[in-house]
Parts: sequence; structure tokens; C-alpha cells
Amino acid sequence: MLSRTADSLFWMARYIERAEFLARTIEAAQRLSALPTAYNEHGTEWESALESSGVSELFHQKHETAEADTVVDFLTFDAENPSSIRNCIEAARTNGRAVRTALTAEMWEAINGAWLELKKFEDALKSGSDRTEEVPRFLDFVKQTSLLFDGSMIRTMLRDPSFWFARLGIFVERADNTARILDVKYHVLLPDTETVGGSLDYFQWAAILRTVSALTAYHWIYRESIKPWLIADLLILRSEMPRSLLSCYENIVSCLDSLGRAYGRQGGAQRLARKTMAQLENASIGGLFQDGLHEFITTFIDDNNRLGASISEQYLV
Amino acid sequence: MSEAGGAPRQVYRRLADWLGNVPPGLLASRRAQADLLFRRIGITFAVYGDKDATERLIPFDLVPRLIARSEWARLEAGLIQRVKALNMFLADLYGPREVVRAGIVPPELVYRNPYYRPEMIGVKVPHDVYVHIAGIDVVRIDADDFYVLEDNARTPSGVSYMLENREVMMRLFPEVFSAHRVAPVENYPDQLLATLRSVTPRTADRDPVVVLLTPGQFNSAYYEHSFLADKLGIEIVEGRDLFVENDVVYMRTTEGPKRVDVIYRRLDDDFIDPLAFRPDSMLGVPGLMSAYQAGSVTLANAVGTGVSDDKAIYSYMPDIIRFYLGEDAKLKNVPTYRCREPDALGYVLDHLPELVVKEVNGSGGYGMLVGPHATRAQIDAFAAKLRHDPDNFIAQPTLALSTCPTATTSGIAPRHVDLRPFVLSGARGARVVPGGLTRVAMQEGSLVVNSSQGGGTKDTWIVDDGDRA
Repeated sequence: MLSRTADSLFWMARYIERAEFLARTIEAAQRLSALPTAYNEHGTEWESALESSGVSELFHQKHETAEADTVVDFLTFDAENPSSIRNCIEAARTNGRAVRTALTAEMWEAINGAWLELKKFEDALKSGSDRTEEVPRFLDFVKQTSLLFDGSMIRTMLRDPSFWFARLGIFVERADNTARILDVKYHVLLPDTETVGGSLDYFQWAAILRTVSALTAYHWIYRESIKPWLIADLLILRSEMPRSLLSCYENIVSCLDSLGRAYGRQGGAQRLARKTMAQLENASIGGLFQDGLHEFITTFIDDNNRLGASISEQYLV
Repeated sequence: MSEAGGAPRQVYRRLADWLGNVPPGLLASRRAQADLLFRRIGITFAVYGDKDATERLIPFDLVPRLIARSEWARLEAGLIQRVKALNMFLADLYGPREVVRAGIVPPELVYRNPYYRPEMIGVKVPHDVYVHIAGIDVVRIDADDFYVLEDNARTPSGVSYMLENREVMMRLFPEVFSAHRVAPVENYPDQLLATLRSVTPRTADRDPVVVLLTPGQFNSAYYEHSFLADKLGIEIVEGRDLFVENDVVYMRTTEGPKRVDVIYRRLDDDFIDPLAFRPDSMLGVPGLMSAYQAGSVTLANAVGTGVSDDKAIYSYMPDIIRFYLGEDAKLKNVPTYRCREPDALGYVLDHLPELVVKEVNGSGGYGMLVGPHATRAQIDAFAAKLRHDPDNFIAQPTLALSTCPTATTSGIAPRHVDLRPFVLSGARGARVVPGGLTRVAMQEGSLVVNSSQGGGTKDTWIVDDGDRA
């Protein structure tokens, strides 16, 4: 397969995954900001949303303070924000269009349909329609788009290198996203800080879990009230949790193994991915806290980026 | 489709009966289905300079154009003769240049032609094939003859419409198909691939690697490029997917570099190699021309074919055919006034309201004057352009172009058509798939059929002659 084709498939999937993550981030921030101020005196949820999306600096070049409206605008439709949902969907579509023939009809329809729909939302929001109605509808639409895209990929694509490259894109991006949420919130993950235990924490945790669609899963697995270190355990080390770092890496390793088999060759990307997975498999949540959760997450994000670069070098250029 | 007496011509009789008996509303509902199909398949073309509609549907007409098999046989022979001569002409222009020395074609028409590529002088192309894919535009003026309008010898497009139009028609009108015996066009991709494989530069034991080179997804014909690559089962590549090392062309794949043998390029000469041609172009492959000259890769069509298809050279085609083949041209040329000749220029200036004047290197219906449809002011402005640079123009009488029945908003009505059959030339000679792209002027009375000017397309059926069916 052409390297460019593989590259486009990889990035198309990454952008769709990122769009969904942004939609979930906005929803979580909205949920937190809806709390009465008694529960939420710091009011940093919009700042956190920007930080976990990695666009805080860019945002502040344009706006002084992070308010609901400006942040939502920035993360959804701002053309100047390269990571806005709008730009993610458009980038996914541009990548998909470049490799139109490598996609199944269902995948192309999912992605092209989303792009067309996106324009309608953009027009509606610009024409000043009711934001409190329109924004939640839009965020739902973004989440549904990624479900439709993911579903059509799984149900219609041949299990050949095209498929593995697209899947790799999803999981590399998802691992990055989960790690970023954890990093932004790491200070409240610490088991014995004084601020922990109040109702603010409770709602923040619930919001984080909702971000990754895992509130119910938490209760199923732990059958306990919400405890920060268990959340960290769930999102880092639990392989049954589909957005956990370990689960992402199991998928990454399996995709890279499939590619290695298809091409009869292993390389740096396979080695890096297996190393990270082994670290996750051998870690315990107690150990991670002891060595420093923030340091762990920072290292993980770096490693994950390095893996992306290594995949790119090995296959995509 | 009518004879002088007004009755439908023999070949159309069956179709006319059917059209006369279709229940009202059926055509409209099939029309809606056709639109849906085209939209779903995504058959679109891009219009340059039209920012809002980067992807547009070409109007598709439901009524097929019918050509009798016996007529087609004559046309086919003429097309093959023409392409044979074009290939010999090009080999000569980049070789011994006998045609110029013999005084058949004026030297300045060749050497001053912007599409003449001195880089090709002395380059040996496999099997002396330059024009692997030709799209020869023809029109019918009377019952007996097709006239050639234009020889497209660079990167002619439109073949995807020939194939998709057929696909859609077979789905929508199976009953009409079974009443006719329509020659199939579906094997065009196979024949194209066979043609491309046959001109591989290497006699290696392994399969030649053939790729299609596109300028990218923003090109007006990108849909066709991806469609063809798909049907041929070859990679569609952009310039950045290829690189040249030691005069050998490779493509970048997920399994490492892979050697490329034949490039079906849909990129104009100017853009294929920034080192050889336009240095500002990002579309091509640095070093490609040098690899080509070294004979390690085949380009289809060859570089420099444009010199043979401009409208000034066109007027010499009957002489060119006679010079190389010793035969009269089987297909007529439209009478053409070469404005570079003072007498002709005088005549053209005096008769502008009756003539169609075209730029020698123009295409797509741009930069032309359609005399009978022009205002006085347009004619005066064009006359000034002509006087300023007569070499750049030719003029032709407006032809009594034949018309075909076409579904319009006010029922079936005649519209002007032309036809572009596609001629493939490879190591084993030339062939033509029975059919082609019929373009139709959707406006009443209009002679302009180009898609960029709002023209539409219809399916072209080569059918058994009526009396033998």
C-alpha cells in the first residue's frame, strides 16, 4: 500500500477520535459549570477543558478569560483552532477523500455525511439560533458520527493493512486523550490531599468518568463509591475498560502485530508498543502513585507521541 | 435522428417506438433515480474558479445516442488510421523530421509550438507509441460521414462517464437494452491495463508495476482518476508518492520503495518534473524526466504529444495521414481556415458572424467565438484579437451538427451532440471500445457541449443495424 494512503487512513481515524473526545470534554465542562457555586467555587472547568484539549495557549492569544461561550466556540467551530471539532471533521474528510477508494462505501458515507451535516450546524449556530438547544444537539451528533464511523469500519472493512492503520490511528489518539484528562486532573487524583473527599471532587470525578463514558463501568467493576485512585486504576490499568491506557495499548500492539505479519517484518514501532504495554501490565496503581502519577502520565504521553513518530517513520513516509 | 423526410432513421426506429409508448411520468421518475445514482456513486467534476461548487454533477440525459454497427465500423477504421498516423508523426518530429523536410508541415508550427518538447528529441519510446490513449472528438454533419473536430492526444478525459453512463442506463432501462443489441464497453479498463502493460520498458520476468499519476483531489478530473485506478486495480499516486534514484522511479509504500515501470499520467507535461519543466510546480516528481529519457520508465501518454493535437496542426492531418500511410484520411477534417495565412485571415475577418473561431491551443470551450451567437461588440473585440495575433487562431464554418433526441423539461427535443471515442495504442496496435462519450448541448440551439460550459452527456450505443436485428 502507498505510504500516503496509510498515512491518510491513520490520520482520518485520529481526527474522528479527537472530535469525539472534544465533544465529551465540552459536555463534562458544561456539567461541572452547571453546579451551584457552593460546589464549584474555583470555577476552573473551562480552563481544564482547554488544557486537556491541548489548546489553552492558543485560546489565550485570542481571549482573556475562559468563559463558557468563548471556550465552546473555540472548541467547536473556530476555524483558527486547528483542533476544533469543525477542523477535525474537515481534516478527517480531506484525508478520507484522498483515499476514497481505500474506504468502504459505508465509511465514506459516514464521514462525508458528517461533513455535510457539520455545515448545517455551523450555519445554524452562526445565524444566531438558540445555543442552549443547538450546542447539545451538535455534541450528540459528533459522538454519533464517531460511533457510525467506527461501526462501519468494523463491520465493512477488509482485515488488511488499511484496516490496521485506521485502527492504529484510533487507539494512538485515544491513549493520548485519556492520558491528557488524567494529566489535567492529576492533582485531584492524589489519594491523600486535603481537598479530596468534598463534593467538588465527587462531581469532578463523575464528570471525568462521563467524559470517557465509564460511570456505569466504574460501579460494575469496583462496587464502591467514587475514589480517585480507583478511577486512576480504571483509566490506566484496567484492560476491560475500552478507553484505558492498557486497553489502548493492547489494541495498538495487536494492530502492529497484524501489520508485522502481513509484511513479514517487525520494526521499532512494534518494539516500542510492546515495551509500553509491558510497563502497563506490570504496574500497580499503588506503585504509580508512589513514583509520582504526574511523572508517569507525562512519560506516557511522550512515549505515545514517540510511538506515533515511529509508526510514521516505519510505514507512513 | 431523422431522415430528410422526417421519419426516424432506421437505427432509431425501435427506440422511437419505445419513447412513443412510455407511460407519462416514467421518464421523470427514471430521471430522478438516475440523479440519485450519480450522486451516490459520486460522479462529479470540479469547475475551476467555482469555489462553492467544487464538486458538481454533469447533467445526464436518459435518451441514448444510437449508432449502427456498420457506421461504427467505418468510424473505427478511421480512428485507428488517425491514431496510427499521429504516432508516426510524433516519432518523426522527435526523430528524423522528414515531414518538415518534405514541406508537409511548416517548421515554425512545430518548433514554435509551446507543446513541442526538445527534451524528447532522440528519446526512444517503447514500440514507438506516443499516444497510448487518444480521445478523438468527432461530429456528424450528414448521414454518411463523421468529421473530426479535435485530436486530443495529451490526457483526454471523460472515459469514466462512458462507463458510468452505461452502468446507470443498464440499471434503469433493462427493457430497452434487451430490445437492442448494444455492444459492450465494460472491457475498457481491461484493455487499458493491457495496453499500459504492453509498453513496459523492461523485459523483466516479473509483472510490470503500473500506476496512475494524478495532480490530486482538487483536480477537475480527480473522480475519473480514482475511478480508473480502482477499475484497473493499480495505485493512484501523487507526485510526492514517487521518487527517483539513479534514473529509476520508485513509489513509497508501507513495505518500502517499490519500482514503477509504467506511469499513466494525468498530469500535463509542464508539471511532471520541476527539474525539467516548471520549477515552481509541486505536483510532479523531481528527476522523472531524466528517468524517462534513460528509458527506465514509460509515460503514457508520452511527453510532447501536445504538438500533434493543436488546432493548427489539425488542419494538416489529412496531409500527414497521406504522408505516412499513403492513404486518404478515412475521416474528414472540418474545413479549417488557418488565420496565419493572410488570405484565410482576410476571409475570416470578413465572415466572423458565420464562423467559429478557436485558439490554436485552447480547450474546454474557452477563448472561442461562436459567430452566429455573438453580439456585434463581441465580434469587434474578437476581430481585434485576431488581427493582433493571427497565428494563434483558426476558424471553421458553423456546422450543421447532427442532433439527437434528448429529454428536456418540455419533452423529448433535438439537441446538438458530439462524440469522443477512446483509442488505445499499445505494442499490439490500436483498438477502440465500441462506444464513447457523447456530449450534448443542453440548451436549445447551442453548439457548445463542454462540461465546463454546462453541457451534458448521454450513453452511446453501438447497435446492430436495424434491418438485421
